[in-house]
Amino acid sequence: MSIFDGLKFRKVYSPIHNLDPRIKFIYVIVIFVAALLLGSILPLLALFFLQVPFVLLARVHRQWLRSLRGALFLALFILSTNVLVKWASAGYVFLIGDLESSVAMTLRFVVLVESFSVFFLTTSPDMLGLALEQSHVPYEFSFAFTTAVRFVPVLAEEAQTIMDAQKARGLEMEKGGFMKRIRNYVPVLIPLIVSAIRRSLELAEAMESRAWGAAKKRTNLYALTLHRGDFAMLAISVIVLVLAIYIYLFIPVPLVSSLF
Amino acid sequence: MESMAVIESKSLTYTYPGASKPSISDVTIKVEKGEFVLITGPSGCGKTTLCRCFNGLIPHFYQGELTGEMIVAGKDVTKFQTHELAKHVGLVFQNPENQLFALSIEKDVAFGLENLGFSRPEMRERVDWALKLTGIYDIRDRSPHEVSGGQQQRVAIAAVLAMQPEIIVLDEPTSFLDPLSAERIFEVIHELNQRLGITVVLVEHRLDLTARYATHIVIMDRGKVCSNGDTREVLRNEETRLVGVGIPKATLLHQMLIKSGMNISKVTPLSSDELVKLLTEVLVPR
Amino acid sequence: MILVEGVSFKYPSGVEALKGVSLTVKDGEFIAIMGQNGAGKTTLVKHFNGLLKPSSGTIRVDGVETTKTTIASLSKTVGFVFQNPDHQLFSETVEQEIAFALKNFGFEEAVVEKQITWALNLLSLEQYRKTSPFMLSGGERKRVALASVLAWDPQILILDEPTIGQDHEQKEKLRQFILQLQTQGKTVVIVTHDVEFVAECNPRVILMNEGKIVADGEGKEILTNTAALVESSIVLPQVAQIFKKLEPLGFPSNVIDIYEAKDLLLNAWEKQQR
Repeated sequence: MSIFDGLKFRKVYSPIHNLDPRIKFIYVIVIFVAALLLGSILPLLALFFLQVPFVLLARVHRQWLRSLRGALFLALFILSTNVLVKWASAGYVFLIGDLESSVAMTLRFVVLVESFSVFFLTTSPDMLGLALEQSHVPYEFSFAFTTAVRFVPVLAEEAQTIMDAQKARGLEMEKGGFMKRIRNYVPVLIPLIVSAIRRSLELAEAMESRAWGAAKKRTNLYALTLHRGDFAMLAISVIVLVLAIYIYLFIPVPLVSSLF
Repeated sequence: MESMAVIESKSLTYTYPGASKPSISDVTIKVEKGEFVLITGPSGCGKTTLCRCFNGLIPHFYQGELTGEMIVAGKDVTKFQTHELAKHVGLVFQNPENQLFALSIEKDVAFGLENLGFSRPEMRERVDWALKLTGIYDIRDRSPHEVSGGQQQRVAIAAVLAMQPEIIVLDEPTSFLDPLSAERIFEVIHELNQRLGITVVLVEHRLDLTARYATHIVIMDRGKVCSNGDTREVLRNEETRLVGVGIPKATLLHQMLIKSGMNISKVTPLSSDELVKLLTEVLVPR
Repeated sequence: MILVEGVSFKYPSGVEALKGVSLTVKDGEFIAIMGQNGAGKTTLVKHFNGLLKPSSGTIRVDGVETTKTTIASLSKTVGFVFQNPDHQLFSETVEQEIAFALKNFGFEEAVVEKQITWALNLLSLEQYRKTSPFMLSGGERKRVALASVLAWDPQILILDEPTIGQDHEQKEKLRQFILQLQTQGKTVVIVTHDVEFVAECNPRVILMNEGKIVADGEGKEILTNTAALVESSIVLPQVAQIFKKLEPLGFPSNVIDIYEAKDLLLNAWEKQQR
């Protein structure tokens, strides 16, 4: 699914990639809050365009566009349901105000997809794991996270091998009615699960053998430190948040239609 | 000079939980400091079980019934946790992929040190040292999944090495590797033994590649130790072959020639080079 | 018979695993395909039963082009035993495991029963008929996987790295078993990097490197061809190593069999005594 393409990390060296993941996460939260507070088209458009320079700086525009394209379907769904519901509740009349707020809802969704996309496209799983470790999340969780990410490609390959092995014994995955097709997955799932269990046993042995659980306070080879770019990003995030709150409280945003 | 035993077991017997009979019984062996010991035997002989006893996985991780004594680096394995024993004995497993968890090789090598709470500068130093010794310094930023099986095993060795144990135990580390990568791994292990004086305990089937490095060999069969001693003596022994051990071809050929009456030196060769040397002593160019 | 003509294969990731490979596998042949990891050996044999289809070139199994038929159909003729038996085993009993493929291929109940008994006996597994495959040891599981593929009696058998993790005795039994299959007229293709095992079997050897066939011929000749072996990162079998070093003494260098080695050395020594 192309929407997932927009969430896969790409190893590129850019200022955005080098930012501390915790700072980037704060930025995502700020965008989220701002998008919630600003429910009309003009400020949401501003939020949308605000992020474009980051996308360009990070050189991930192609994947980012792909994620937006993937989100298009869902966006249209949100738009149409909003329009229909509002049309019905307005007495089966199309009101300009209703149309605008529907577009705004859709835009809000797009802005959120956009910011999450930027986050995941520019943050490698190791950086994420490291950020988790250093954010005082219990080590067990960040370890589970990074190990899971580490083994996803391994498990995917294994699933393919298992399917090949069973196909070579005459298993035809595409044939048969709905129930038969579901049953066809049993010879693939069972070896996969058994293999995953065996694998985790071996991993546990290796962990124990490398002194897992030795010290109460675990140290880390790497340390995440904040640099100028991080503070700049933080500042931008704070400004956006403050502006959003101010607009929400004090400035009534005109409808687009009223400008013409 | 007084020899020190780094591993000493007395009548060690172990039964896995729920098993009807022990996997190893009455195992009494002694490994001296700095030795390179080979443990071999047919499938199911208990060599893997024995490995797990060296660092306390048996009995702590596997539970079950353990009787007899196993003292490693002066510590009774039943009285010390695995994470304590891990400082003295490192264990490298058969499957390269399933002993690496981090997203970069460097972080994997540091894993043990992180667990032990080492300071960052000291970790840096040890990690770089271990990476260089195993020849993988250049790939330290790569992900474990991207590199070959042989390289992955080197990472596992480096990860164990970084903790600077006195003993390294390797359980069939080259099973999944091709002969050339296997040879390279054995060379690395041999170097660690020679240069750093680390005691090596290697469980292997491929004697043609490893017999030449070991001065001490232990043959196991059905849970018991059936031969234990000098490599050359044990390998020329008929019983070894009868148990089902695949002795090096050079050794076998040598035995066949002696049996057929050739007047060749009786010193048992363990590699092709050694046999060739013996042959050139009695054969002239034709 | 398998006919491979100018086959190239590119993985979706872009890796060119096979570059213009051509080869003929005749009925009843015993072939070992060797080369280091990534040379393309497994990629090549996966084309034999249609698991992979060539990017260019053709493969014909008994006259039928693999792109024009299904994997299931090809598998009736070409049995493929994967390296790790745990990638196949999923049934409650060994009996059901062996029945799986037979049922998939649509054999009648009576035939299925007969074949199961035949396969169990062939690999000495009758005692485990009602046992769960997960309760068996590694070596036994490997035999169950083999039995489950042999059950439908395919004409061609492909074994992917059959010697990994096996001890000396098990390898010896495997070697005898392959010879037995050969006497039954079966075509056996093994993919392996175990030189000693191949030296003992002395089959036709095909060396691969970087997606191409580098050498193809009698085991004895290929396994002593130092140049070809170095190119494909293969180690010489120990007997061959010995004779390579004895070349200055006038011995032939194409020796891989230990009994031949013994005879040559003894003859030379006896001649010297006179």
